[in-house]
Amino acid sequence: MFEPVLTRNIHRPYSEKITTYLEHGGYNAVRKAFAGTPEEIIDMVKRSGLRGRGGAGFPAGTKWGFMPKDQDIPKIVAVNTDEGEPGTFKDREIVERDPHQIIEGVIIAAYAIGAGRAYVYIRGEFFLGVKRWIKAIADAYEHGFLGKNILGSGMNLDMSVHRGAGAYICGEETAMLESLEGKRGNPRLKPPYPAQVGLFGLPTLVHNIETLACIPHIIERGPEWFAGIGTEESKGPKIFSVSGHVNRPGNYELPLGISLREIIDEHAGGVRDGKRLKAVIPGGASTPILPANRVDVPMAFETLNAAGSQLGTGAVIVMDETTCMVEIARRLAKFFAHESCGRCTPCRIGSVRLYELLDRIEHGKGKPGDIETILETANGIDGLTFCPMGAALANPARSAIEHFREEFEFHIEHKGCLVKAVYSS
Amino acid sequence: MALLDTHKEDIERHLAKYPDKHSAVMPLLAMAQEEYGYVTQDAIGEIAGILDLDVTHIKGLIGFYTMLYDRPKGKYLLQICTDLPCALRGAEALSEHLCRKLGIQPGETTPDGLFTIENVKCVAACDCAPVMQVNGHYHENLDEEKLNKLLEDLRREAEVSEPAHYD
Ligand SMILES: Cc1cc2nc3c(=O)[nH]c(=O)nc-3n(C[C@H](O)[C@H](O)[C@H](O)COP(=O)(O)O)c2cc1C
Repeated sequence: MFEPVLTRNIHRPYSEKITTYLEHGGYNAVRKAFAGTPEEIIDMVKRSGLRGRGGAGFPAGTKWGFMPKDQDIPKIVAVNTDEGEPGTFKDREIVERDPHQIIEGVIIAAYAIGAGRAYVYIRGEFFLGVKRWIKAIADAYEHGFLGKNILGSGMNLDMSVHRGAGAYICGEETAMLESLEGKRGNPRLKPPYPAQVGLFGLPTLVHNIETLACIPHIIERGPEWFAGIGTEESKGPKIFSVSGHVNRPGNYELPLGISLREIIDEHAGGVRDGKRLKAVIPGGASTPILPANRVDVPMAFETLNAAGSQLGTGAVIVMDETTCMVEIARRLAKFFAHESCGRCTPCRIGSVRLYELLDRIEHGKGKPGDIETILETANGIDGLTFCPMGAALANPARSAIEHFREEFEFHIEHKGCLVKAVYSS
Repeated sequence: MALLDTHKEDIERHLAKYPDKHSAVMPLLAMAQEEYGYVTQDAIGEIAGILDLDVTHIKGLIGFYTMLYDRPKGKYLLQICTDLPCALRGAEALSEHLCRKLGIQPGETTPDGLFTIENVKCVAACDCAPVMQVNGHYHENLDEEKLNKLLEDLRREAEVSEPAHYD
């Protein structure tokens, strides 16, 4: 039987308080970690199989191993609370309801890689989240979990909060570092990776907060426990944010590898109003759309890639049979056109061109050849941009056309919507 | 009044967080905006002076980050999400309803200076769609009726007090 761990405290009264966290075994993992060497901790994280929960799925232990070992070089942990991928609302819930779990993960990570400084980058829109972060950090200092000589271990760690101010791209790790340095959030060219040259030119470990929240549990219960959950290449518990046309939208913590159909039907209560399922975006707005006949797929990095999409942030957006896929592609294109940082041409110009094409098809002004132009434009963006946002913005339109091309053709030919035509007749 | 007169300690606290003072520009801009309602020309000049930054750099930041404003907005900032998960649950119609009720378009402020409407990007509350933030506070699972009531409540509140700012 799967037992939730990341969300086990969030429904308790005053779950955000340090006293609640301590009452339920909080900060025991830090003590346990201090009993081992940093190398042992890195090894445990490697053996756990933990992969990043921020979208890219990079193996966490490998990233920790990339950090320079030289103790004289100051190092930084940067905590990514920028959660802006449409459909994703797990990080906000953890921060608002159980921030100490993340702080504990940060302390252990900092101990393992030898960092003395941690910065939390949080979306400016998360006003309550900012308050909860600041209070939690202050309380952690007061209890001796942050600051000098933590729990008598000789380790020092300072931590503070940096508020963003409205820019999706600042969730991309190098854009986040730029923003932390007081600049516009333009992604940097990689390499060098943040583990080599990060914040203020120093080696920096960047993690999503759900990744960090896994760390205390890996230390407490052991890497074998963690690796015992999930699939071959995707280990551990995962919070799936389910939204759209379902009866019970919400966050569900479940083992990786659970079937997408089970998430929709069992946990989220199925498609609402007795309608039929049409399509699902399985991993947040930037991941390719899957048609209903592909939802018998395990929610894992490798299986979703094989099915033609991605696990991304694990944000499941459900669409019923009355949904117009041209409109879906248009709306997603609008998001990305707005959020392009404007630094590199394929993304800056391409995102707007894609949106204009989709907008005109949606509004009955599409021309023959537009579908081909969309695909050409998308292919001219993906892989040719500074950061992975290029792929992100190509995905929705490309996958919508791949699976629902007839709707685009109908819109162009009949200057109206196929879905509306079917459902109003 | 300059920020250094009213917020000296806060400014020092922010500066102490970073090895490079340029990093403090975002917290200082947020501070100015909280104090004056938007980032005033004077505040831009003052922050540029404190942090040794170009005024043009700061203006670039205000242009880049959607939450920074260089002009006044309404007392109540109504930010309604129209991204996909909210749109699937009726956000577009709701946004149109809101605009009709107030007689303005997204991006505009009512003539009495009370309300500004913005269509914003996903605010990570998709399980409670459609969603709107009012001065940073979430209003969830909205429909026309709830929205009408909320507007009435805000109007009444504005008559007796300054609006609450940010949760
Ligand atoms: C356009 C774009 C936006 C991103 N937004 C976020 C975000 O909001 N939160 C996040 O944790 N990672 C985000 N990422 C992923 C980060 O770049 C990075 O991979 C992640 O923070 C690393 O942490 P992890 O290994 O724990 O996943 C984004 C990436 C891209 C390309």
